[in-house]
Amino acid sequence: MGELVLSAHPESRELVKAIEAASRTKTSLCYQCGKCSAGCPVVFAMDYTPRQIIRLLQLGLIETALQAKSIWICATCDTCSTRCPRGVDIASIMDALRREALKQGKVVKEVAAFNQAFLNSVKRYGRNHEASLVLEYNARIMKPFKNAEQGPMMMSKGKLKIFPEFIKGRGEVNRIFEKVKAMGGDHE
Amino acid sequence: MRLAYYPGCSLDATAIEYGMSTQKMAKLLDIDLWEIPDWSCCGASSAHQTDHLLAISLPARNLAIAEREGLDVLAPCAACYNRMRATEYEVRASAKTRSQVEEALGMPYQAAHSTISVLELLDARYGLDNLAARVTNPLKGMTPACYYGCLLVRPVAVTGFDDPENPQSMDRIMKTLGASPVDWAFKTECCGAGLGVTQTDICLEMTYQILRNAKEAGADSIVTACPVCHLNLDMRQKAIEKKYQTQFNLPVYYVTELVAIACGAEPPAVGANRHFVEAVSIFQQLPAKAKAMEEAAAQAAKAGKGAAKAKAAKPAGESEEPAADEDAGLALARKLYDDESKAAQLAEILKQEPARAEKLAEMLEQDKSKALKVADALLAKKAKEKSAGEEGNKA
Ligand code: SF4
Ligand code: SF4
Repeated sequence: MGELVLSAHPESRELVKAIEAASRTKTSLCYQCGKCSAGCPVVFAMDYTPRQIIRLLQLGLIETALQAKSIWICATCDTCSTRCPRGVDIASIMDALRREALKQGKVVKEVAAFNQAFLNSVKRYGRNHEASLVLEYNARIMKPFKNAEQGPMMMSKGKLKIFPEFIKGRGEVNRIFEKVKAMGGDHE
Repeated sequence: MRLAYYPGCSLDATAIEYGMSTQKMAKLLDIDLWEIPDWSCCGASSAHQTDHLLAISLPARNLAIAEREGLDVLAPCAACYNRMRATEYEVRASAKTRSQVEEALGMPYQAAHSTISVLELLDARYGLDNLAARVTNPLKGMTPACYYGCLLVRPVAVTGFDDPENPQSMDRIMKTLGASPVDWAFKTECCGAGLGVTQTDICLEMTYQILRNAKEAGADSIVTACPVCHLNLDMRQKAIEKKYQTQFNLPVYYVTELVAIACGAEPPAVGANRHFVEAVSIFQQLPAKAKAMEEAAAQAAKAGKGAAKAKAAKPAGESEEPAADEDAGLALARKLYDDESKAAQLAEILKQEPARAEKLAEMLEQDKSKALKVADALLAKKAKEKSAGEEGNKA
């Protein structure tokens, strides 16, 4: 914050509209009561509270919103949207902001790495395979031993499969990935 | 009852006991589960956070297969359930979305059927009366905290079968099993599991608050219907205890484990021995706990009755005690005056001034004539006050 902005760029306004369309809600409905922030379970870790994120969008300051850590800290729990007295779907806005940030390459490295590793596991096997997922995730963030202590814990309870299960329909699943991409999707 | 069954990736791996107990429960309750052949991953939050069409097309592949079979789908994993409900919701809401999904799938899909959770299955479809009829080992003495988390109850438009702030279905199921679920504040609070791998510290803080609130509410265990919550509350509990220098020792169950156990399954048969927080010995302790609870309740009832009795007796008691005083006062007054009306007047004064009554009694023991003089003076003073009052009234 700090600098004073009196009017946002027309492009920024357009982008806010696109975010609103993607999340099927209107930020102009918000009267800044703060109920969303009050109920948010992760607000303690956010740089901009959910209410402030909505305010940024109302003002057309979408660049700031897209760079906020908050959108990656949001746990998608939907408490805010459930409680908003004005029916603003804040959680969907957070979703749309994440996807937009991803598109623009403004991303918290860990989160994007996890999502991509997860989806690759699904693309490869048709199902998620935890061990491959963690390995790929660690390689992507270049911390080979992250979450390593949990592997043996899981294994000892028979909860971690060493080898992935391939489903017969993985060709079909792969096709969904390809098709969605061809239709303009945003995944790798 | 026949349902398509979508285990999802977790029930095959990290939540293996959820899968085992769901199957066991279905068998015990005569529910016919048809596992969706060659099911694929629903994409979970990763697809959801990455691409919208991908996020609804991945679940739709499984739903389309079930639709071909003409079945509703049971998705025990709350995360899968949520993604599938969202898919059905979006496909129903827009013809354009539907045709996009069908194009991505290469299969027809119209969301004619519905995905349900274990809670909805037991509470709304199977029915609690039917469930009660199958309970052979009631969980008397157990005081679980029913933890619904976010994915089962929100967004309301998508899930919509229980209240988003104070859901009750799991509590009703637990009561049907004979347990006494506690009242607590974190039923639908997010545990932050989605942040578990990437931003662990935030997630630990959120999960800590949930465990703490459950413990403070008197819970001896937590019940969930979500593999992600379970992983957080169970596997991370040790790390949380260490980080926050505390002890919880709260076993964390899947609702299906407890249903199966109450309907006769051995705990290991539903995977209760695979938890990180020890979760089998509690069942041996339940009879003693139930007895202690019953005794405590009986005692409370007795105390309650005692209190009620005391309360009922109190008005009588109140009039009894002053009555005793009065008697004492009157007895004293009678010792001084033979004249009953004088004695009564004195008793009346002494009743209002117990300190004087005490002194007068002492005096009487030592010197009756002196006591009589004091009593006379009291009566005279009273008479004067009385006439003055009457004059005042007249004036
Ligand atoms: S709860 Fe709704 S109206 Fe209130 S500040 Fe948040 S978004 Fe705005
Ligand atoms: S959805 Fe995100 S912003 Fe809304 S309450 Fe949950 S964590 Fe907070």
